[in-house]
This record gives sequence, structure tokens and C-alpha cells, in this order.
Amino acid sequence: MIYFIQKIGNRTISFFSKFGRSAIFLIQMLIACVAVIFRPKLLLTQLYSVGVLSFMIITISGLFVGMVLALQGYYILSDFGADETLGLMVASSLVRELGPVVSALLFAGRAGSALTAEIGLMKATEQLSGMEMMAIDPIDRIIAPRFLAGFISMPLLAALFSSIGVIGGQLVGVVILGVDEGSYWSQMQSNLDFYDDIVNGIIKSIVFGFAISWIALFEGYDTLPTSEGVSRATTRTVVNSAFVILGLDFILTALMFGDI
Amino acid sequence: MQNTKTQDTLVGLFVVIGIAAICFMAFKISNLSSFSKQNVYTITARFENSGGLKIKSPVSIAGVRIGRVSKISVDKDSYESIVEMYINSQYKLPDDTTASIFTAGLLGEQYVSLEPGGSEEVINPNGVIDITQSAIVLEEMIGQFLFKDPVDN
Amino acid sequence: MNTIENIVSIRNLTFLRQNRKIFDGISLNIQRGKVTAIMGPSGTGKTTLLKLIGGQLIPNQGEVIVNGHNVHELKRSDLYSLRKKMGMLFQSGALLTDLNVFDNVALPLREHTQLNESFIRSIVLMKLEAVGLRGARDLMPNELSGGMARRIALARAIALDPMMIMYDEPFAGQDPISLGTLVKLIKELNSVLNLTSIVVSHDVEETESIADYIYILSEGKIVGQGTPKEIRNDKSELVQQFLKGKADGPVHFHYPAKKIQNDLFGNK
Repeated sequence: MIYFIQKIGNRTISFFSKFGRSAIFLIQMLIACVAVIFRPKLLLTQLYSVGVLSFMIITISGLFVGMVLALQGYYILSDFGADETLGLMVASSLVRELGPVVSALLFAGRAGSALTAEIGLMKATEQLSGMEMMAIDPIDRIIAPRFLAGFISMPLLAALFSSIGVIGGQLVGVVILGVDEGSYWSQMQSNLDFYDDIVNGIIKSIVFGFAISWIALFEGYDTLPTSEGVSRATTRTVVNSAFVILGLDFILTALMFGDI
Repeated sequence: MQNTKTQDTLVGLFVVIGIAAICFMAFKISNLSSFSKQNVYTITARFENSGGLKIKSPVSIAGVRIGRVSKISVDKDSYESIVEMYINSQYKLPDDTTASIFTAGLLGEQYVSLEPGGSEEVINPNGVIDITQSAIVLEEMIGQFLFKDPVDN
Repeated sequence: MNTIENIVSIRNLTFLRQNRKIFDGISLNIQRGKVTAIMGPSGTGKTTLLKLIGGQLIPNQGEVIVNGHNVHELKRSDLYSLRKKMGMLFQSGALLTDLNVFDNVALPLREHTQLNESFIRSIVLMKLEAVGLRGARDLMPNELSGGMARRIALARAIALDPMMIMYDEPFAGQDPISLGTLVKLIKELNSVLNLTSIVVSHDVEETESIADYIYILSEGKIVGQGTPKEIRNDKSELVQQFLKGKADGPVHFHYPAKKIQNDLFGNK
């Protein structure tokens, strides 16, 4: 029994100490981000590896998610004779929820895990330590550009996901299932509001981008410098990011769209 | 240095496509193009009962959407419902326009339907529509139908 | 305080890692312009000592004074400017894997100086020439052998013309040829560039051949010190065991355990 309580205590302490470390890390990182603006070259390289390399997975997934939404939505909506609202259904679910959330989950899997592994390996091979000894702060040179790149890429990727999804929905709904093209687009346009729907969706994706980059970089930076440590940290990045994305999504949705 | 040039180009493309996607969402998926704040004006109408009308409910003429409801409040003195609407500025309304609240279909959402009259004068921005017809509340209608007041008839 | 003479002086240093004493009140001095070796069995915290000198770790007790500054009382910016004068060669080389050899060596120059690119190019090529790898400038770190990576890292460490270099196990896992190269390089650089070198190693022969002064650490304490000659004649059994590489001695072959009879036949 005592052992059990001890274990709870131990976990609590290590949880809070990790949380504290990650908060300090975040502050250091944010301060360092200011300097990165003056060194666009570093940011550019990271935008490539974080953003451009996630481009394919996001567009392809977006296309298929939109297509499936149209297919499923059509069968339900046509039962009520409401198949002209298909465009609205596809677009609102993409723009409000699926776009930000699914692209964030994919981003965590594609870019987040890669970031953790990269930083973790840099730590394990003493590259970070080596930079410190060269009087170069790895947070300035390595971490901050990656953070900024993740932060910038995420909303762009989410927008891409939603847009491609709507086009995919149009492909299935209009071209294959024969929904009227005019009503597909006009229902969407007249019922979705730019500020309430689109901007809120973008805000969501910015928050997710922030959270994923933070988690991924911190896990990498805080990893045990062994191969096992790095592999565990990579797993933790994906799992924790998924939890945080879904949790934050609920909170943000309640704040933005709900009446809570 | 060929390598970094390709990289630059790809990053550039990525950012451009991303921003294009945001614009696509703004203008093609949502209604930013038709209802940005710049090209609308506000008019007000007072209803005895605005029923299930909500903010963002459509405002239409002859079935064509020309605006949306921007604010609904209650007059403190007369207990009337004050409905403010954004109207797309390309549409000018005569000052004897009638506003009615209708329901799209039997159970659909409620919207404001405007019926222009024949006056030469137009309603100015922040103007008021005087002639209104309230929402038909289903329960009241059923009630009237069942317990028809013989005196009123 | 004789900081002029001793570039690094460590006093009464105690460092704990998870309640295990890595250092137990050690004191040592490193003389300017000399090659000082710190030796000892694996796991005695030799690398930790270098990190303490570099200010990457904070001791539980005692002080580390480098060039007259107490490393652990310096402000961050002062610590960083002190570090610019200290080069460190990591065991793995610690080259940045996403930069090629040239950019790796150029990195500290680009970060810390305002020199123009053509000047940086000449300095980098000179440093690479010094380690004999000017021809390898376009290779990526993963294309280098272990010995080459270490030499590139050495070129990077001397890029800013530091006052001292710390070598972390420079000889570990090297074939005889690259071993010879490294020994020669460390010796030459020390005299030509007027550096101070701290070499952490457990390779007895190579270290003896280049060191001016040797400290032997074991179990958190200094068990022997002196010039290579003095060390050779040290009476301490522990030192002799280490130097001669005997399997058993004060450091036992067996990890502490209860008697094997009890373990095999006794009850649990």
C-alpha cells in the first residue's frame, strides 16, 4: 500500500518537473524565435523539411477524406431529399473539424515524430552538447527555427487539407453522384461564415501547430541520449500530440461554436 | 548550390499554395466575397414576434439571398423584437418595403423575406422598415385552428 | 590565486549523480601551455569532469576556475564568451549531420564573427589543412570514418583559435594509423598554436607519449598524479593495476556480490 502511494507521489513529482522543464523550454524557445526572423535561411530549410515534406500526405489524405465525406453524406442526405446541402455538409465538417484535426494528427505523425527523432539523435550524438561548447545555443540555432516552421506550416497544411477535401467532395458528389454543382457551392457559400467558420478553423490549426511543435521539440530535447530513449520519445510525441490535439479541439470547439 | 535553389523554390511554392488554399476557403467555401463588412449596409425592422429567427439567418428578396440578420434584440418599452440586417449594398430597397418572417419548408429554418413596394424613395443605410409581418408560430396556429374564437370570426 | 600559471584550477569539487558520488572533493590544476592528461577506468566520470569545466554541468560543491573566472558563477553571456576560448573535441566528433565538412568548420566562425565569406573560406581551409583534410571539405559527416570525423571536429574546435582544447577520449576505438595521426596532431597543435590541452583517456601508452602531467582518477578521487615518469614509478597498487592492465587488483575482477556458493546453492 505504502509502495503504491509512493509510486503515485513519484509519478506526480516527475510529471510536474517535466511540465516545469517544458514550460522553461517553451519560454526559451519563444525568446529565441525573435532572433530567427533575422536569419530566414535557417527557417527556410526547416520549412522545407517540416512543411514541404508533409505536403503529399496532407493533400492525398485531404482528397480522400473529402471524397468519403461526400459519399457517406450523400446516402444520408438523399434519404431526406436534402442532397443539395451536400456541399455545406462536406465543407462545414472539413473547415470546422476534420481539416484542422486530421491534418494535425497527420502532421504529428509525419513531421512531429521526425523532429523528435532528429533532435533526440542530435542529443544522443552529442551534437547539441557540442554546440553549447562552441558557445552556440542549440535553442537559437536548432530548436527555434524548427518551432517556427511547424507553427507556420500547420495552418497552411490545414487550409490545404480542407480545400482539397472540398474539391474531392465535389468530385464524388457532383461528378459521380450527380448533385447539382450550383447548389453544391452556393449552399456552402451562403451558410459558412468567413469569420465564424474559416477563421476559427485556422485558429484551431495554429493552436495545434504550436502544441505539436512544442511537444515534438521538447520530447527530443528532453530525451535520454540512448537509442531506446529516442525511440520512446518519438512514440511519446505521437501519442501525446494526439491526446493534446483532441483535447484542445474539444475545448476550442466549445469556446468557438458552442454556447457553453 | 543547385540543391538549395530547388529547396527555396519548393518552400516558395508550398507557402503560395497554402495561402491560395486560405483564399480559396475565404472566397469559394465561405461568403467573404459577398458579405464582407465593406459592401453591406444595415437596416432595421421591428417585429411583434421574430420567432425562430437567428443571427446569420438569410434575408432574401423573391427567394434570392441579399443579406443576413446581424443582431436581434428586444425593445425595452414596446417589447417588440428589433432585427438588424446587413444588406448587400448593390441592392437598393424602396421605403415601402415589407418585411416578413417565413419558414423554409415546413420544418426548415426561418428567414426574412423582403417584398419591395412601388415607392420612388429608397431606404437609407441605418433606415427602418415600417411594414412588417411577424413570424408564424406553429403552436399558435394550431391553437387558433383548434380553439377558434367565435367572436373574432 | 595563481591563475596565470594554472589555466584551470579545480578545488574541492564534489559532484553527485542520482545520489552516487562521481567526484568526491577532488582538486587539480592544469598548467597553461601543457598537455595534461586525466586518466582512469571507464565510468569514473572523466567526461563529466570536462563538462564541469565547460560549465555544462553544475557541481554540488567546490569550484572550477578557468582563466581566473569561476565558471559556475558567470552570467550566461560571460560563460558563452568564455566558451569561445575553449575548444572541446567530443568522442563522436559531434559534427552536425546536416552540414558538410566545410560548413561544420565554418559554423563557429559564422556564428561568432562578422567576417566576410571569402575570409571565412580561407580560415576554414587553413584549419582543414592543419588536420590534413582539406580535400574532404565537401563530404558529409556520414561519409567520414571515425578518425576523420574526429580530425574535422578538431579543425572546428580550433577554428576560433581557443586558448585550450579539451579532448574527450580522442584515442578510443581508433585503428593504429588514425591513432598515430591524432597523437601527432594533438602534440603539434599544442606546441604550434600555443594551446593548453586537457586529454581525457584510458589509453595508457598514447597518453603517456603526449602528456606533460597526468592525473589518475578512480572512484571519485585522485589516486595518482605526476609526470609520466613519476606515474610509472608510483607505488599505489591501483595506479599500477591501471597502467599495466591487470585483470585483478584493488579493482576487482568481480562486481561486488555475495559468495557464489550462497548464490548457487543457498536459499533465495
